[in-house]
Amino acid sequence: MKPAIEIRNLGKEYKLATSQRYVALRDIISGSVKNLFNTRKKPIEKFWALQNIDLDIQPGERVGIIGRNGAGKSTLLKIISRITPPTTGSAIIRGRVGSLLEVGTGFHPELTGRENIYLNGSILGLKKTEINKQLDAIIDFSGVEKFIDTPLKHFSSGMQLRLAFSVAAHLEPEILLIDEVLAVGDMEFQKKCIGKMEEVSNKDGRTIVFVSHQLSYITSLCNKAILLNGGKILEVGRPSNIINKYVTDIANSDLSKNKNLEGNEVVSLIAIRVINKKGELGESFSVAEKIGIEMHYHVKKGEHILWLGYNVHNKDGVNVFDTHSVNTSLYNKPHEPGEYKAIAWIPEHLLNTGLFFISCAIFNHAEQVVHFHKKDAMVFNVYDVFDESTARGLSPGDFPGIVRPLLDWQIEKV
Amino acid sequence: MEKFTHSIKPPSGFSLGLKELWQYRELFYFFSWRDIKVKYKQTSLGILWALLQPLGMMVIFTFLFSKTWPINTGAIQYPIFVLSGLILWNLFNSAVSHAAESMIQNASIINKIYFPRLIIPGSSVLVASFDFMMGLCIFIIFCFIYKQPVEASALLFFPAGILIIIIAAFGAGTFLSALNVKYRDFRYTIPFMLQVLFFASQIIYPLQSIQQTWLKYVLAINPVNAAIELFRAPLAGNAMDLTVVSIGISSTCIILFAGIYFFRKTEAYFADLA
Repeated sequence: MKPAIEIRNLGKEYKLATSQRYVALRDIISGSVKNLFNTRKKPIEKFWALQNIDLDIQPGERVGIIGRNGAGKSTLLKIISRITPPTTGSAIIRGRVGSLLEVGTGFHPELTGRENIYLNGSILGLKKTEINKQLDAIIDFSGVEKFIDTPLKHFSSGMQLRLAFSVAAHLEPEILLIDEVLAVGDMEFQKKCIGKMEEVSNKDGRTIVFVSHQLSYITSLCNKAILLNGGKILEVGRPSNIINKYVTDIANSDLSKNKNLEGNEVVSLIAIRVINKKGELGESFSVAEKIGIEMHYHVKKGEHILWLGYNVHNKDGVNVFDTHSVNTSLYNKPHEPGEYKAIAWIPEHLLNTGLFFISCAIFNHAEQVVHFHKKDAMVFNVYDVFDESTARGLSPGDFPGIVRPLLDWQIEKV
Repeated sequence: MEKFTHSIKPPSGFSLGLKELWQYRELFYFFSWRDIKVKYKQTSLGILWALLQPLGMMVIFTFLFSKTWPINTGAIQYPIFVLSGLILWNLFNSAVSHAAESMIQNASIINKIYFPRLIIPGSSVLVASFDFMMGLCIFIIFCFIYKQPVEASALLFFPAGILIIIIAAFGAGTFLSALNVKYRDFRYTIPFMLQVLFFASQIIYPLQSIQQTWLKYVLAINPVNAAIELFRAPLAGNAMDLTVVSIGISSTCIILFAGIYFFRKTEAYFADLA
């Protein structure tokens, strides 16, 4: 079987001549007058958003594209969905394409919910007969049937999103391209949509290309991942491996690039690392492993009582917990000048899977001073283990919750 | 499955893309349907407005040119003469100005999804044609009121005149819409150019009243003149200036091809610019 998407040597170049994306006629006219006096031409800056992309996506594959901002993720998706043409190379697409670069494209506030289903559906490539057939299912899925015949401007933004998602979830193209769209709206409804998409894609072998910052979606929806960096493909492989690579090579190197050390004349940060129980550096940990966060700092002036703290945030920006160095011998004693290392251990079976961001600080709230507070200083990933030793046990699928402690269950017959 | 295979390459060459336009005909319908629906939902006067505007103009020009400065319009009574010109002009005017703005107004959709871009200015022209049908009904009613004799050739010449207007407006509209995406301040010149074109069209005066033959034929390059010439022929006992009509039809074809050519050449980059 031929690949559903066959990309060869694809590249996209943008010109950065002006800061504006479009030109004003008056600038051209005034510019040409200026050029009469100024013969030295300003070189047009060019920038390759994508370069040398070679990629085959087989029918039925669900591919996630990850990379930081500006890596070319969205550009790649825009080229595949034919919104913008490539500068070099080619791509062959085999199958009907549905692209969801936004939910609710073309929604009009003056039209009713029902009318907008038709409009949005046809923009997304559905035929009128297909919409007629799916109309009841779409309305039902959205849960806004009560308002379906009132103009969209009377809908709350949440209701508009639900309606938009419902139309999107009922698309049935052979190739579905999705960009970040699921990053908005309420979590429960997102899950419902992802569930619906997964169901269809498993049943019909639909090909999905998915771009997201929310790495947990990539692991839950995709069976292949592509890591883009600086407009080039860095690696292709299994989602969990690629996410680990992303976390180690890109996310953390970004953070450590910032060389100006945190701190003041009292204390400064030397390093922060994440280690496993053997004391080795690590970025990815199983849910059954304990994780050590080590702070290496330099006390320049004695006599200060220093408190250490970490904030732990998950990938959605939720503050999972804060921790302070309350149970150390140094808690209420001044540090003497010198270098120190502090380790805080996050116990096994506490964090759920996904990415976690560590912020670190040295402060003294009693004196109301913060010597430094470095936000998102480190990232690590927690991956799942499928056996009876974890909170999940043998249950498959998504295991929800911000934390997943292994609690002490007792069952007895009464 | 092979039916849906398409290949993506850097833009080169030129094609009309008619096959693809046909595949997307339903979207064309839905865009037009949306614009008509929204338009009549938003204005409280609704359809009435599409009728009142040409009638008001007719009253003003009739008062000016049949009482104050009489103009010889031959077999056609002046109110009918000016109304026939006005409804065709309104079709051209609203089709061109809406089509010219259409690409910018739909930028958010263009940035997010692919479809043949010609659908957008095309549906603007279709919406203007819908308004025109109302004007045409009023015109026919006024022909009865003024007991204006109309030849049977109207069945051929009315549609021919309307078609020239629609084709010319589509050509000019696509050209201007592409230009508007590229040069964002160009739109401010469009109302002025249309104003000039209004006076260069035989709406309130007959082209035959111009003494200099060369000037008449220069003005005939404006397709609106040929369209009005054709449209008025059945009212004036089938009298028309064939030179004016053929110049107008030729320029209509040129405008159509130039418009579509320029549009197709630039459309690939609309998403990068808009």
